Amino acid sequence: MSMPERSEERPPERPHPAVQRDASRFAPRLRQRARFGTLFHGATFAATVVGVVVLVVLLYDVITDGVRHLSWDFLKGFPSRLPARAGILPALVGSVWTLVLTAVIAFPLGVGTAIWLEEYAPASRWKKIVETNISNLAGVPSIVYGILGLAVFVRYMVMGRSILAAAMTLALLILPVIIIASQEAIRAVPGSIRLGAYALGATRWEAIRYHVFPLALPGILTGTILALSRAVGEAAPLIVVGALAFVPFVPTGPLDQFTVLPIQIFNWINEAKVEFHYLAAAAILVLLAVLLTMNAAAILLRNRYSRRF
Amino acid sequence: MAKSKFEPTGAIELEARNLSVLYDSTPAVKSISIRIPDRRVVAFIGPSGCGKSTLLRCFNRMNDLVPGARVEGEALFQGTNLYGPEVDPVDVRRRIGMVFQKPNPFPKSIYDNVAFGPRINGFNGNMDELVEQSLRKAALWDEVKDRLNASALALSGGQQQRLCIARALAVEPEVLLMDEPASALDPIATQKIEDLIYQLKQDYTVVIVTHNMQQAARVSDYTAFLYMGELVEYGETNRLFTNPVEERTEAYITGRFG
Amino acid sequence: MGGSSSRTADPGAVPRRQGQERTPDPGGLSRRHRRERWIGALLILCSAVSILTTVGIVAVLLYESLGFFREISPITFLTGTEWSPQYTSRQYGVLPLVTGSVVIAFIAAAIALPIGLLAAIYLSEYAHERARRVLKPVLEILAGIPTVVYGYFALTFVTPILRSIWPGTEFFNGLSAAVVMGIMIVPMVSSLSEDAMSAVPRALREGAYALGATKYEVATRTVVPAALSGIIASFILAISRAIGETMIVTIAAGAQAKLTLNPLESMQTMTAYIAQTSMGEASQGSVEYRTIFAVGLLLFAITLLMNIISGFVLRRFREVYE
Repeated sequence: MSMPERSEERPPERPHPAVQRDASRFAPRLRQRARFGTLFHGATFAATVVGVVVLVVLLYDVITDGVRHLSWDFLKGFPSRLPARAGILPALVGSVWTLVLTAVIAFPLGVGTAIWLEEYAPASRWKKIVETNISNLAGVPSIVYGILGLAVFVRYMVMGRSILAAAMTLALLILPVIIIASQEAIRAVPGSIRLGAYALGATRWEAIRYHVFPLALPGILTGTILALSRAVGEAAPLIVVGALAFVPFVPTGPLDQFTVLPIQIFNWINEAKVEFHYLAAAAILVLLAVLLTMNAAAILLRNRYSRRF
Repeated sequence: MAKSKFEPTGAIELEARNLSVLYDSTPAVKSISIRIPDRRVVAFIGPSGCGKSTLLRCFNRMNDLVPGARVEGEALFQGTNLYGPEVDPVDVRRRIGMVFQKPNPFPKSIYDNVAFGPRINGFNGNMDELVEQSLRKAALWDEVKDRLNASALALSGGQQQRLCIARALAVEPEVLLMDEPASALDPIATQKIEDLIYQLKQDYTVVIVTHNMQQAARVSDYTAFLYMGELVEYGETNRLFTNPVEERTEAYITGRFG
Repeated sequence: MGGSSSRTADPGAVPRRQGQERTPDPGGLSRRHRRERWIGALLILCSAVSILTTVGIVAVLLYESLGFFREISPITFLTGTEWSPQYTSRQYGVLPLVTGSVVIAFIAAAIALPIGLLAAIYLSEYAHERARRVLKPVLEILAGIPTVVYGYFALTFVTPILRSIWPGTEFFNGLSAAVVMGIMIVPMVSSLSEDAMSAVPRALREGAYALGATKYEVATRTVVPAALSGIIASFILAISRAIGETMIVTIAAGAQAKLTLNPLESMQTMTAYIAQTSMGEASQGSVEYRTIFAVGLLLFAITLLMNIISGFVLRRFREVYE
């Protein structure tokens, strides 16, 4: 650097500042606040980790209780008065039946509603009512859906305590979740795609079916799988709809009586003999395995196919 | 490298010595040395992205809040290195205040906005008096004195900015850093802010970043021109604008780029 | 941008120039338009299902409850302190069920709200991006575990611990269920609160830092107050969820309707009553059968009210930052 250039004129003498800066007016207590800050940081971290710790403890508890009862016989067996012979085949089959039927009912209804809301409905009062209604339905306790199912599907429509009644009840339960997730997936598709389709002479439905829907599908499927995984774990509404306590047979049709995995677990927990509690733990492990698979599939789907537009 | 090195006379309040700032190994400020004198207004000008805001934020350690930011060299306040190991940034920020480009009042009442800083810093005097004084210094008292409990968000843009200035002044800083304080405001509000700066320099050292050269010419005693992270020229405002030494300075001032 | 704004009216036939041959239905246009109308109708029907669901819930609950209230006065129902429809004493005062639900929900909230809020503050203000990416999904896992599993955990793990700490604790008790329920609800509070806090603009935090605030002060005296409406809405929703939860309380809290505030005793909640009675032998048309609907109506009304209040709090007090 070269020699500094000196300014010619000197600034006039400045009077002392009019502002009083008496440092004692402030007592910043820096050390104290810093120490407290560290404590607080620790507390927030601990709070976050509490959940993790409980999760680990829970899993440990269930695994140690149930893992020795896991066997092929367990998976293929039927419930029995004797713990040593009991199995979960009817419950597993019942869960699968229910899951498939629920999916078949809820998916078209949910996606159809979402398409209507996002692509067809004018921004009117009616649309607002429908959306508010859906969001309220999402907060209704699951057992109330069971009461609805009991009165309408089991009794009024005389489906009896069947898989069909259960599936319809669960479909209504998870419908709001599917609708909201599908709406988001559809909304994420940029308008330029639609405009491009219209410009080529497509009708509204054609634009949706061939352009918007395929792009939104991964998001829709992810949301649907997550909603279905919730349905798989539900017990309360099915208790009211009438999943049975003791099911010594495998259901073969939608109008058959049935039980599902969570109900079987529930029944075994209620048994007096402690051995049944361990069976319940084993069944829980099976249930968790099913849920893990479904959630992993959903996440894989999202990561693999979701695009940033 | 700045060929023309200007040394302001009088007490030096802030100084940068070979100060560099890197964001994830991208340099934003490249080894700048500059001296800011006590109770004057210094303006940093330059095109977008030249590093003037980054340099400004070194002086109250706001760059600490950016993940991936690394500071090298020294930034001195009254002779002490702000980045020294014993220095608490919380303390620095009370004594070196900042006003931002877009007014950012808290969603609280006008009173609570001004009282926020003093409360946190353990003010033990008469709060009402302090709030009034600060609002007066920011030329806002007369407009709000009857509605101190109203929400600060109900004020106009220019009023909100003056509120932010009052808020900054309430903790009795010695330096006021202003990052394009009037760029989000209409011309009338801008005028009021500029008048305010002229008042404030009696009691505070003011460093103002601005992209508006006319504003720098109106308001500041000294001006520094930055370009691509380097200090190109620094000198008395009048001289810099009428007789710039560096070619790049002249090009910027005459509007050839920027 | 999708939805209504980029919808165009379906193109009608373009008028032809004079002299051009008219080809019958080029591009199948009229057929496509007919299909459009069918599809539009179908989609509206889909949406109607959601409305019908609500209508169905309300109709079903009201219908049977009206039958119930013809025999038992609503005043007795709402203010009576003994509930024993299945016993010969036949008392129909619902307060024991309500207090059961409320005591358990209250304790669950006392656990979930502070932990959830602190966790939200950590994730929003303190955590590095890497930590956030790991911890947030783990908390979501907590929310995804079936409640029957939590019930198992409460009965077989938590209850024995409680009984060793307080020997007078009954085998079925409210505290065990409440503690486990509290943990189950934490992700709901933390997720919604964190969303609210992330929405607070960065400029507000910078303003507070620039005044010499520590990170703790920025988080608790600037960000949390600014996000308060979202945080409180999440609290209300969490409590509503706690009241509506069934399996944990059915498994661990008890089947005896008892008017008590002591969580170490067994207590029956509204949801547990409905579940347990459904498993029983109540015949259709009997008063006992109808109690399911009456209690269900009360439960529905309480949770609906709370959800509406939560939405109201969110909208009315949402902070405007600009």
